[in-house]
Amino acid sequence: MTETDRLSHYLCIGCPLGCRLEVEETDDDIIVRGFTCKRGKLYGRQEHTDPRRMVTTTIAVRGGRWPRLPVKTRDTVPKALVREVCAALRDLEVKAPVAIGTTVAANVLNTGVDIVAARDMPLA
Amino acid sequence: MLTEHPVHLNDHYDVVVVGGGPAGMAAALGAREAGADHILMVDREKDAGGILWQCIHNGFGLHHFKEELTGPEYAQRYLEQVIDHNIDVLTDSYVYDIDRDKNLLVMSGSKGIHRIGGRAIVLAMGARERTRGAIRIPGTRPSGVLTAGLAQKFVNMQGYLPGRRVVILGSGDIGLIMARRLTLEGVEVIGVFEIMPHVNGLNRNVVQCLHDFDIPLHLSTTVVEIHGRDRVEKVTVAPVDDQLRPDLSKAWDIPCDTMLLSIGLIPENELSRRIKLRLDPVTTGPQVASTMETSVDGIFACGNVVHVHDLVDFVSQESELAGTGAGEYVTGHRRPADNIRLVPGDNVTYCVPQTISTDREHTVYLRVRHPERKCTIHFGDVYRRKLAYVFPAEMVTVKLQPRVLQAFHGDTLNVRVEARE
Ligand code: SF4
Repeated sequence: MTETDRLSHYLCIGCPLGCRLEVEETDDDIIVRGFTCKRGKLYGRQEHTDPRRMVTTTIAVRGGRWPRLPVKTRDTVPKALVREVCAALRDLEVKAPVAIGTTVAANVLNTGVDIVAARDMPLA
Repeated sequence: MLTEHPVHLNDHYDVVVVGGGPAGMAAALGAREAGADHILMVDREKDAGGILWQCIHNGFGLHHFKEELTGPEYAQRYLEQVIDHNIDVLTDSYVYDIDRDKNLLVMSGSKGIHRIGGRAIVLAMGARERTRGAIRIPGTRPSGVLTAGLAQKFVNMQGYLPGRRVVILGSGDIGLIMARRLTLEGVEVIGVFEIMPHVNGLNRNVVQCLHDFDIPLHLSTTVVEIHGRDRVEKVTVAPVDDQLRPDLSKAWDIPCDTMLLSIGLIPENELSRRIKLRLDPVTTGPQVASTMETSVDGIFACGNVVHVHDLVDFVSQESELAGTGAGEYVTGHRRPADNIRLVPGDNVTYCVPQTISTDREHTVYLRVRHPERKCTIHFGDVYRRKLAYVFPAEMVTVKLQPRVLQAFHGDTLNVRVEARE
């Protein structure tokens, strides 16, 4: 590994200061630099080792007040899976009425995370 | 299931709330809490809840509900409370006119035209997006140029994609969010172009909407021409100098079929102007007292009508106050009038409310002109607080306790932000 291979850079999202974080991976440790507060240090480590995201998208709903139903992952999923999660939901369609919190797809992509409705969708 | 009670429209209400978005909903609840009996909330959409329904991303509610919600979840929580509190919700309806005696002319899809009298009114119409006309981009006028928020409604509620190859002008949060949203729907987002040397939206959105999807962000760059006869065919972009003047010698063309605009919001104050409310030249919204009462007795205002907020949580907080004011106005428990005017000083563009009183706690919202690290905010000589940083894009919130004002006998407080050294 060269020096630059060991360095990654992140923009801290903890507050508007937006500290530029540098994360160095040594053989036995992960070193975060560039933070101004503890939150940045934790964030740098998390983004480097296991970046995760909530996914919010919409699915088709038949007979509802609107044609699209907003949905979300009940928990975060690995960042690398965000596009695949959306792709997996592309052909999904549910029928109105739908209540907020209803699971519309269980254990998406075997992540152990369900996709749930983010609002009530009453009949048209 | 979310179903508003059928409305039997009365001719008179204690409080009429104009607009059923986050501001209107919180105001209606605040009025109920303060003891108003008959409350009507009028909204032009088919669901009250406002812009929140189309903001399907999460990040709402951290202050108010102490958990992270999506926009629709935030809307629904509020709307359920509004319905539970027996507030009349008149959707698909528009307040066409009001007068200073608090008479309203309402046009309703289901009820026709109605005259309604309110003992108090809360203006909560929100803001609208700035359009192409606001920044006068030269070129032809093809279809395919739309605001980011409109595109958001198309995609997230109606199920239409606005185009296939999209350029986004402006780096406001809605633009960044739409960059991700369209990418996830299979649309090619060529880049976000921002005339200023810094991003307008949150860092969180820069990371999670642009970096995560390798969408380029071009700072100090703007669109200088739109091409296309019926539909957008390409746009010309160019870097700008520090006076924001484009350098056309470095311009380049980008083939695309759509351009989204995320260039800011304008408080929607047609009704406020109609009744000649005193407006703040900076916010362009009504000037308000600490109860959120405008310059006309019994007419209150809150939310983006007053000033453009960056967090819905603060809209809810401020609007509840307006509702309380309206409720207390009709129940006859009016607070003593304000006796101190807040005057924006160094590095402060505006303060809301514009006046406060010495008898109770106040939350003052303000914005700064330029960024500063390690600074102090001063309210005259009576109160100061250290801040780690200020940014123009982030509203500053300051709580003022009555005890700091008790020894103060003047009638204006100069509010300024100064660097600390
Ligand atoms: S490290 Fe701390 S100060 Fe810096 S951006 Fe992150 S949260 Fe803000």
